[in-house]
Amino acid sequence: MSGWIIKGLKSGVVSTHYPDGGENAQGVSPGLPSPAGGVGVDTPIGRCPTSALKAKDGGAALDKFRCVHCHRCDRNVEPTIPWDSSYEWAEKRGKTPELPKAFQRSTHIRVLDAGDCGACLNEMKLLNNPFYNMHRLGFFITPTPRQADLLVVLGPVADHMKTALLKAYEAMPAPKKVMSVGTCSATGGVFEDGFMTSTKLEDIIPVDVVVPGCPPPPLAILHGLLLVTGREDEIRSDATARPAADSSGKEAGDA
Amino acid sequence: MSDDMMEQIKKLCPKTRVKTDKRSGDVEFLCDRASTPRVCQCLAEDHDFQFAGLVVEERKEWELNYIFSGVTPNGRAVVKTKAPLDDREFESVSVLVHAADWHEREAEDLFGLVFKGHPRLGDFILHDDVWQEGVEPMRRAFKPETALSSREPRDGWRPRKIVDVPGGFIMPIGPVFSGDAESVHFQLETIGEEVMYAFPRLFFKYRGVEKIVEGRSAEDALLLVERFAGTTAFSHALAFSMAVERLAKADIPERAKFLRVFLAELERFRSHLSTINAICASTGLAVGASQTAILEEKALRISGALTGHRYLFGLAALGGLTRDFDKIALHTALDGVADVLDEAGRVENLLVNTSSFLDRLEEVGAIERDQAVLHGLVGPVARASGYLRDLRETQPYAAYDKCGFKSVGEVEGDGYARLRVLFREIERSVEMMKRVVAELPDGPCYSPVSFAKGAAFAGVETPRGAAWHWVRMDKNGKIERCRLATPSFTNWHGFHLAAENFAFQDFPIILATFGLSVAENDR
Repeated sequence: MSGWIIKGLKSGVVSTHYPDGGENAQGVSPGLPSPAGGVGVDTPIGRCPTSALKAKDGGAALDKFRCVHCHRCDRNVEPTIPWDSSYEWAEKRGKTPELPKAFQRSTHIRVLDAGDCGACLNEMKLLNNPFYNMHRLGFFITPTPRQADLLVVLGPVADHMKTALLKAYEAMPAPKKVMSVGTCSATGGVFEDGFMTSTKLEDIIPVDVVVPGCPPPPLAILHGLLLVTGREDEIRSDATARPAADSSGKEAGDA
Repeated sequence: MSDDMMEQIKKLCPKTRVKTDKRSGDVEFLCDRASTPRVCQCLAEDHDFQFAGLVVEERKEWELNYIFSGVTPNGRAVVKTKAPLDDREFESVSVLVHAADWHEREAEDLFGLVFKGHPRLGDFILHDDVWQEGVEPMRRAFKPETALSSREPRDGWRPRKIVDVPGGFIMPIGPVFSGDAESVHFQLETIGEEVMYAFPRLFFKYRGVEKIVEGRSAEDALLLVERFAGTTAFSHALAFSMAVERLAKADIPERAKFLRVFLAELERFRSHLSTINAICASTGLAVGASQTAILEEKALRISGALTGHRYLFGLAALGGLTRDFDKIALHTALDGVADVLDEAGRVENLLVNTSSFLDRLEEVGAIERDQAVLHGLVGPVARASGYLRDLRETQPYAAYDKCGFKSVGEVEGDGYARLRVLFREIERSVEMMKRVVAELPDGPCYSPVSFAKGAAFAGVETPRGAAWHWVRMDKNGKIERCRLATPSFTNWHGFHLAAENFAFQDFPIILATFGLSVAENDR
């Protein structure tokens, strides 16, 4: 058993500094197209399969809630739309009041898979891993909706899951919040025209925060969690005071 | 195909018409309805063919294609049978070839076909408590608007009860259960501490992917095929691309073939680490779970840094890949992967020396080899039971024939054997990636495919096992029929084998060692 203790200690601290600072490790986010300016980009706009890119003022505009990161606008096409490496994509929708102060720092989450492909769910699961460690910020996953403050719904809401979704939502005690994770539950994503799925979660239950992405990386979901609990003021992603942990587990600045 | 097999089949069905595809070597046997089951049985039992999937097509006639996969490079056979559209009765093949069981249930549910002799038809994909009988979404004439507006759910669905003893009851679990589990419902038949049987009720996540891709171009369909099972996206996108490419008789640049191996193995590497992580977590081994979670995240970051997407979305293209990779990027990724593998080796060392961990895996959820063969199981689950089938070896695609792949297996078939197979396979994956980087030819990695009409299918060894994609295109280059036979569908069918007479607390462990995806099954 001592082997595990030594192994654990040797691994050091790998947790990201987000939200105390930005995360700049490679491969933490697929990024989004960022069509700033640019003219004559009709060809890449035309290749967008989900109409996330639209023509605007001669250039292009992005509806991030529709993008599925297929890269058809920057691969094998001329001209290309540049991409960024952002991850703070969540947006508030809520008309419901903020959670009371007591709930903000200890939030229990019921994760509900309403037909997702497995990728969103995996990214959600990874929030518990040492790199993201959402426990340090007071987020916990709970198995029962009766103890949950927040319902996180993933997937395009398959028809067969509708009853289960409504039952889980009703079983939650007030005050309750709902967060929709992934492009599928935001706009239907690639399943938009499907006959066995809903177009978006907002048509079924009230949604407070929408996190787009296909799938949204763990940091994007974390950003959404901070928004939905009314903790935006804790996000200092522009701060560069503390260096971010790199993926090898060694911290750049710390001794 | 051997001569004695041809002779045997001629004897079973004298009117059989045999057609061999010159390019692929695939053989098609066109049989009458009555003798189809016997011909299928002959392939499966006497000639070591594994049932791979049933493709039902509604064309001028009903066309049923039972696909079989053999052990030689050209070992694919299709047993085809036809019937007029107004006659929907077929002899059940699953009575003789049990692996076809769920495929026929699906065809009954979605097409309204009747399989005479099949022991259990009805509520399967379309749940009876949501839909009335007679809704057949895969039929050509199906109109979603009418079906959705005239919905009459029946409140009659009751769990099936087999155990009839005093005090016996059914413990329902799901579809919303556990912390972050996929949506699936289980019925555990129990008399208290011990569970006798566990049956999954699936398809809560049925999104009708095979129906929505109909009428779309292959490129648009690729988006959906890639995103119905996100954790094995690249493998499925690859299988679909290969089917379309075979149909178009397209030649893929060598460089693309090698890079496809690289990406497929990178995906397997990550997916297996994720399964290993789930196994550690299911046994309550906190440090082991954290350590393997670190490895999984590292593998995801390597994938993300190399390709731009952590789950390898948007890479497969019809005719190659959407992008090329330079030498430096590939070497960086390879170095990263090799480091993660070293770490995984150290974690495995700790795991096999942790008796509290092994106690929970050994002899848990064991599957005998002959049961694995009977159910046609695939992937690491089958290989852990000594059923050594791996498409990378038996029917090498992309550049696997040049990478000298050898499959690995175990014989015990229990949870521990499955864990060992996963560890051996990630080692093989890294070996393959090294071979690819060392032998990568120069040249383009994409050549456009001109679409042809007709049907073709292709098999790919995804991280969870063999997946078979069948594509039929019409003359306008649109998808007429697409069938996704997935490894999770195959292995969920055999899940009950591992879940017999066990203690309650072993259930999550059996589930984790199977490493199944519900999304991949439900489509």
